[in-house]
Order: sequence, then structure tokens, then C-alpha cells
Amino acid sequence: MHLRRLSLTDFRSYAETDLNLEPGITTFVGSNGQGKTNLVEAAAYLATFGSHRVATDAPLIRSGADRAILRAVIFAAGRDSLLEVEINPGRANRVRLNKAPARPRDALGVFRCVLFAPEDIVVVKGDPDQRRRYLDDLLVALRPRYAAVRADYERVLRQRTALLKSARASGAVPAGALEVWDDHLVAAGAQLTAGRLRLVEELRDLVSGSYSAVSGNNRDTGLEYRMSAQPAGHPPAAAGAPASAPAAAPAAAPAAAEPDAGKVAGCLREALALRRRAELERAVCLVGPHRDELELSIGGLPARGYASHGESWSMALALRLAAYQLLRAGGEDPVLMLDDVFAELDSERRERLAGLVAGAEQVLITAAVRQDVPGGLSGARFEVAEGAITSG
Amino acid sequence: MYEGVVQDLIDELGQLPGVGPKGAQRIAFYLLSADPIDVKRLAAVLVEVTERVKFCRVCFNVAEDDECRICKDVRRDPSVICVVEEPKDVAAIEKIREFRGRYHVLGGAISPIDGVGPDDLRIRELMTRLADGAVTEIILATDPNLEGEATATYLARLIKPIGLRVTRPASGLPVGGELEYADEVTLGRAFEGRRLVDV
Ligand SMILES: Nc1ncnc2c1ncn2[C@@H]1O[C@H](COP(=O)(O)OP(=O)(O)OP(=O)(O)O)[C@@H](O)[C@H]1O
Ligand SMILES: [Mg+2]
Ligand SMILES: [Zn+2]
Repeated sequence: MHLRRLSLTDFRSYAETDLNLEPGITTFVGSNGQGKTNLVEAAAYLATFGSHRVATDAPLIRSGADRAILRAVIFAAGRDSLLEVEINPGRANRVRLNKAPARPRDALGVFRCVLFAPEDIVVVKGDPDQRRRYLDDLLVALRPRYAAVRADYERVLRQRTALLKSARASGAVPAGALEVWDDHLVAAGAQLTAGRLRLVEELRDLVSGSYSAVSGNNRDTGLEYRMSAQPAGHPPAAAGAPASAPAAAPAAAPAAAEPDAGKVAGCLREALALRRRAELERAVCLVGPHRDELELSIGGLPARGYASHGESWSMALALRLAAYQLLRAGGEDPVLMLDDVFAELDSERRERLAGLVAGAEQVLITAAVRQDVPGGLSGARFEVAEGAITSG
Repeated sequence: MYEGVVQDLIDELGQLPGVGPKGAQRIAFYLLSADPIDVKRLAAVLVEVTERVKFCRVCFNVAEDDECRICKDVRRDPSVICVVEEPKDVAAIEKIREFRGRYHVLGGAISPIDGVGPDDLRIRELMTRLADGAVTEIILATDPNLEGEATATYLARLIKPIGLRVTRPASGLPVGGELEYADEVTLGRAFEGRRLVDV
């Protein structure tokens, strides 16, 4: 698929901008703070109905305006679709697909993209929640039904945590009240976990292939999903076990081989029973996919805490490239967006990355300095200055 | 901030469900510029409902007497009770004319975030109604969202051991929605195809 048109009204620093885009490569160049990231953020918003930079929508609305509007003409499967979103702070977004009102949930997947951003480094170096988010975002993009599973799970967690807190405060849990939320935590949690386990299986070889392609070396990479609720027969990990322990050999992760929601549900139930006391004492949900970890390793050592800066970057790029390959296997090429990433790479990795993305249906690239973009990536060019975009 | 009583009005309106600060202001200034006769009629109806409308002592539906119209109606099947969250859900289900049993209005759904636990709902009263053995089936028609499902799970766990048939209106209800917004055809189908709840 590709974007044919993208218009922004009162989005971030843009009052009104209307861009016609072509398939192939398009480069946006401009100094710091001129609105390059704002532009790709707008495009990415149309895929996920959320920003990759901020958790709430308020900062997306141009200061002084009371709502933002994004419009895109997306060409996919031989025809154009018009997707429009009105972003209202503190209220639900209004989404229209081909002029007809649509629920955001039903418009997920109309536009699909993979965004490479400087922040991606935290997927490798940051806390486990960054890696869970990588998995969940990809899961939703690949299989939109998981949007509801993810939202349900998050709501169950909030409800169950509120109950644990009030139980701790009053010193008692009403009979049967916690069991209800256990049921719902297990139901939604097992689905989410099974979805992630399957995804990790699908990603493993793609990540390892992409890592070699982008780094230029053949060190083995590993991707292991570790459940906070260990499967039966495996003792649950001690609470707060150091995440920096060397990754276990791949064979020691039987859970990853069998993404079966029924089995996962059993594990969750067992773990809940084991951790009941601790949960009541600490008033925190200690069991479930919100405590799981995606362990990344390079050359047999954990990426986090061991890998060099350059290796971490190669891994971050490999994770995005693998996401791109997985999404395109579904039929339509997602749009690739590279926000300021070439500046982070040495010249060899720049060239290799350029070679890997050059063949995509549409690639939108931003850079502060034109020389940072490898010469092989030629195509349409725009200048970005003070929230205005001009053909360069 | 506006002066005295105008601000009081805006504050009061702002307490209503679905009315934000801006909406409260709009309604307040609409009322100030409207025909005083119309506004007084609205005020009179508000006073009247607070004085006259009560809750049925059996099912907690809205009623003008001690018991509501449905509880007083001897033609209604006393062996089936349909459990709902709010009186407005009774109205929604009555509209489809499919259900001939009785109701029980819980007064909400379990939601720890909002500080609502089982003891805050009319669950004890429901259990009392089941004690005499006349009831054989309970339909759990709480909203098809997480809190409604949780309430249904809680009730099913409580009632099943007594040996009653516990059902839940079937699929068709949009997940994440509210019962009163389901259209009549969907709601009708959901009642016909209700399924047993397993816990
Ligand atoms: N809601 C908003 N209203 C008005 N301006 C905003 C809003 N949000 C962000 N901006 C402005 O947008 C600018 C940042 O734009 P953006 O992040 O796209 O820069 P950039 O071109 O990607 O720069 P860099 O090269 O440093 O990454 C800032 O000057 C910021 O003040
Ligand atoms: Mg930027
Ligand atoms: Zn009644």
C-alpha cells in the first residue's frame, strides 16, 4: 500500500498542510524542531490511533486549536480509501472511512506502516515494558482483533489492582470478589500471551536474518518469551530475579513452542494461587503478561546490559525490519517510515539499511542533514521549515 | 467563574452524567434565555419525580407505588428473573416484548475502580428472592462490557450451587457496549439464544 495524500489540520506545529505523495522514496529534510517528526507521527497515528511519542492526545493538537484533523488517501488492493480522524482531547476520536462514520477499532488495518525512530533504541536497552509494547503493537497491526484483547486485559488489570488496594486498606476481601477478576485476568491474559508466543515464533528467524543483513556479521541472535507464570513443572522465577542473567539456552523454553491459550490459562491459574498472599500484601497484580519479558540476545549474551551501542542499534533495526517483513507477508506492503535514523548509524550500516528498504512500495525518510541519507535512496524531495512543507 | 446562583446552576448541571463543564455552561445559558414558563415546568417535573417516583421494594425498578407495574402483574412468569444493572435496561428489554418473566435491578455493576463491590449492589435482596424455590431460571442481562461480565461471573458463581438454571443473553450484543443501546432486533435475538453460564 502507499499514501497518495496526507493532510494535517491543527496537528502539532502544522496549521494546514496538504501533501501529494508518490510510491517509492520520499525524503523530508529540515533543521531541528521544524516538524519532521510531527509529520511521520501524523501518518503513524492513522495506523494505530495513538502517538508513538506521547501517551495522551492533548500534545498532538496545535496549541490554541481545540481539535486536530488528519486525512489520508491510501492506495491498497487496487483502490483508494479515504481515512479521516478528528482528534478531540478528552473525548473519543471521530473516525470516518470513505466518508462514512466508523469505529476506530474497525478502521485499524486500513493503513499499515512500520516506523523506525530514534526512540527505538529503548526497545533493546530499556525496561521490559518497551519490549512488551513492541510485541503488542505489532500483534495489533498484524491481527486487529488483539486490539480488543489488549484493551480488555489493561482494564482487568486496573480493576483488579483497585480491588487489591481497597482490600489492603480495609484488611479484607469480600468473599468471591477477587475470584471474579482472576477469571477475567486469566481469560484475557491467556489470549494475549498466546498471541505474543505465536508472534515470537514468527519473528525469531526474521530478526536473526535482519540482524545479519544490517550488521554485516553472523552472530547468533535470540528471541525468547519468558512468562511471569512459568508453565507447570517449572518453578516460578524468584520475585525480582535480575533481568541481566544470561539468557537460557533456547531449548529451555518449552512455553514458546506451544502457543495454546488453554495451557497458558492453566499456568496463570497456578501462578495466581501461588502468589495470592504476596499480591494481597503488596496490592499489585504479580501474575500475567504485563509482567512477562521478551529476552533478546546477541551471540548468546543478553542484549540489554551486554550489547554495545552499535549492536543495540542493529538489533533495534532488526526488530523493525522483521516487523515489516511479517506485515508484508500478509499481502500488502506496509509503508516504511524512517525518522532520523541514518544519523545514528555508521556509513556501512547506512548503506546496508538503504539496500534493505529501497525496494519497499513506499518509504518516507526524514533527516536534518541531506548528506546523512545514502545516495542510493533517491526520489521526491521536500523541505520542512517552521511547520510548512515545500517541494525541494 | 460567574456570579453566585448562575455558577451554582452550572456546577449542578456539571454533575449530570454526560455533561462536561462546557456543556453545563451551554445548558445554563440556554435556560437563562428560555421562556420562564418552560423552565418552571421543567423544575416542577424535577420536583415531582423526586417526590413521587420510588423504587419497587421487590425488584428495585422505578415505581409509583411500593411495587412496580411488572411485579404487580400476575400474568408475568414468577419462575424466571432477569437481572439487569439499571431501570433503563428494564425499559429496553420490555420494548422487545420477548421476555415474560420478572426483573431484578442491581443498581450498577461491580467496578473496584469506582469503589463498587458486590455489597454495594442489590445482590443480597436477589438471593432472598430465590430462597422460596419459586424461581427456576436466572437470566444475567448485565451490560456486555467488562464490568457487566464480571458482575455476571460473580452472580453465576453464587447462584449455580443452589441448582438454578443460569443463562446469559447470547452473542449479538456488541462487546464493550451497553445494553440500552442495542437495537430491538439484536436484543430480541440475544434473549432467544441465551446460553448457560459455566463457571
Ligand atoms: N501541539 C503543538 N502545537 C504547536 N507546536 C508544537 C506542538 N507540538 C510540538 N510543537 C512544535 O513542533 C516542533 C517539533 O517538531 P518535530 O518534533 O517534528 O521536529 P523535528 O523536525 O523532527 O526536529 P528534530 O530534527 O530535532 O527531530 C517544536 O518546535 C515544538 O514546539
Ligand atoms: Mg525529529
Ligand atoms: Zn418490581
